[in-house]
Amino acid sequence: MVAREITASATIASEARRVVPDPPVRWFHRHSGFVRVTHWVNALCFILLLMSGLQIFNAHPALYVGADSDFEHPTISITAQRADHGIKGETLLFGRQFDTTGVLGVSSMNGQPTPRAFPSWSTIPSYQDLATGRRWHFFFAWLLVLNGLAYLVFGFAKGHFRRDLLPSAAELRHLGTDIIAHLRLRFPRGDTAKRYNVLQQLAYLAAVFLLLPLIVLTGLTMSPGIDTAVPQLLSAFGGRQSARLIHFLAASGLVLFVIVHIVMVLVSGVWNNIRSMITGWYDLGTAPR
Amino acid sequence: MNGFRADREGKPPHRRGLLAGALSLGGFVLSGCDRVSNEPQARSILDAANVLTYRVQRFLLGAHRLAPEFAEADISSEFRANGSTDPQDDEYLDLADKDFADWRLKVDGLVEHELSLSLADLRALPSRTQITRHDCVEGWSCIGKWTGVPLAEILSRAGVKPQARYVVFHCADTLDDGSLSEDPEKIRYYESIDLDDADHPQTILAYDMNGKKLDIAHGAPLRLRLERQLGYKMAKYVMRVELVRSYAGLHGGKGGYWEDRGYEWYAGI
Repeated sequence: MVAREITASATIASEARRVVPDPPVRWFHRHSGFVRVTHWVNALCFILLLMSGLQIFNAHPALYVGADSDFEHPTISITAQRADHGIKGETLLFGRQFDTTGVLGVSSMNGQPTPRAFPSWSTIPSYQDLATGRRWHFFFAWLLVLNGLAYLVFGFAKGHFRRDLLPSAAELRHLGTDIIAHLRLRFPRGDTAKRYNVLQQLAYLAAVFLLLPLIVLTGLTMSPGIDTAVPQLLSAFGGRQSARLIHFLAASGLVLFVIVHIVMVLVSGVWNNIRSMITGWYDLGTAPR
Repeated sequence: MNGFRADREGKPPHRRGLLAGALSLGGFVLSGCDRVSNEPQARSILDAANVLTYRVQRFLLGAHRLAPEFAEADISSEFRANGSTDPQDDEYLDLADKDFADWRLKVDGLVEHELSLSLADLRALPSRTQITRHDCVEGWSCIGKWTGVPLAEILSRAGVKPQARYVVFHCADTLDDGSLSEDPEKIRYYESIDLDDADHPQTILAYDMNGKKLDIAHGAPLRLRLERQLGYKMAKYVMRVELVRSYAGLHGGKGGYWEDRGYEWYAGI
């Protein structure tokens, strides 16, 4: 009896020695060079595409369902309306009207309230210039697509998606606990911080395999040339104007993703996170606890 | 403790400093983008993307692939008119007064035989009717039915000389946006397309819209339809078709009224 207990505890001790190295490794190489480079190229493209996209939207700030524009019945529109004192900005969103003076519809330009769908500070260029906005948009759209394709080839070839982004059944079962932990701003540390948690995995999968392909394909559907070459795109999205609406909604989804992403970076150890996305190295020792 | 951990030196970073840094970086990026936008060299780098788009689309499209066509039921109830909608040029007003009875389409430049065609002449030529989607560069679309003469029919009668590379459309309207104070002759609307597009079956000079005579707002008496590109390529109030080797010597030298004002010559996107 006694002898058996001694043997058992000896086994546990030796296993513990094998599993937990002593002292624990502090620096963990979290992101490969390829992920880091494509991440920052993607970040640059995203911000410039978003701002030049808002410039393009401003040229006709209304979105419709279908092949053509039913000018009287937009699904989303941002307009300037005459008001008792000057002008007010009105945003129509799926049949609901909102007063958005100051930001959407009417915003300040050189100190003057100016009719403008998205405000000057959110567009490239800052002044109204559709031709230049299109130049920026198409240049960085090409860069985004080429960067994205390189990322996909790498991700599949190196098993990045399978290994790092695909949640296991066990991880999916932890979804509820992970949501609660995130809401309480409690983040994994030490060894668990080596792996994306299930919420991260799902958010990244949605951005990489849903929102980004959607925004590229609906962008292509707005091109009359591409519509001639690949008319199937029109049927897939329900017409050119629907594609323009979906493009805008997918962009909104990506903006939401980026906001949450940046908040998470800030609250879960900002310098450690930024360092690991620049140099690759993540400090497990100073991870938040 | 969550959030901002002390860094390795033990100094906690300032949240306010970070925010101010992000904001001033944003301002720098914005003013930088405006400056880059006005730098000719930077613009030509951004333009490289459009050369790529043109090459890839031409490869995907081939010469004769047709733009999607629609059914009668799809025709838009309101077809927006953009650009010039009521030209006030004297010559045009005189022609419109007589319901374009004196109007003639001139075909000249690098052709074997110069042509001068009345509306009756054009209506006597083979015609094509197509219900297509019109996409404005601003973002909206309208569907309309167009009837007209395929440009290829006119060009084959004129005989295109081998040196010719582009077809230029000279228009009757002056769409003065106030940015250029040149004489009216120089700021008349014009457009140009290459011979691939000129030969395309859907490239027509339309005289009817939605089963009726083309109205003034939409380009009477004759306008171009170029279904695989954006609306600004589709010159209205066409007076003269000129075959040229290069459009560099015309107006601003970029091949079109809007092209001279910064828009892309190839508008398939």
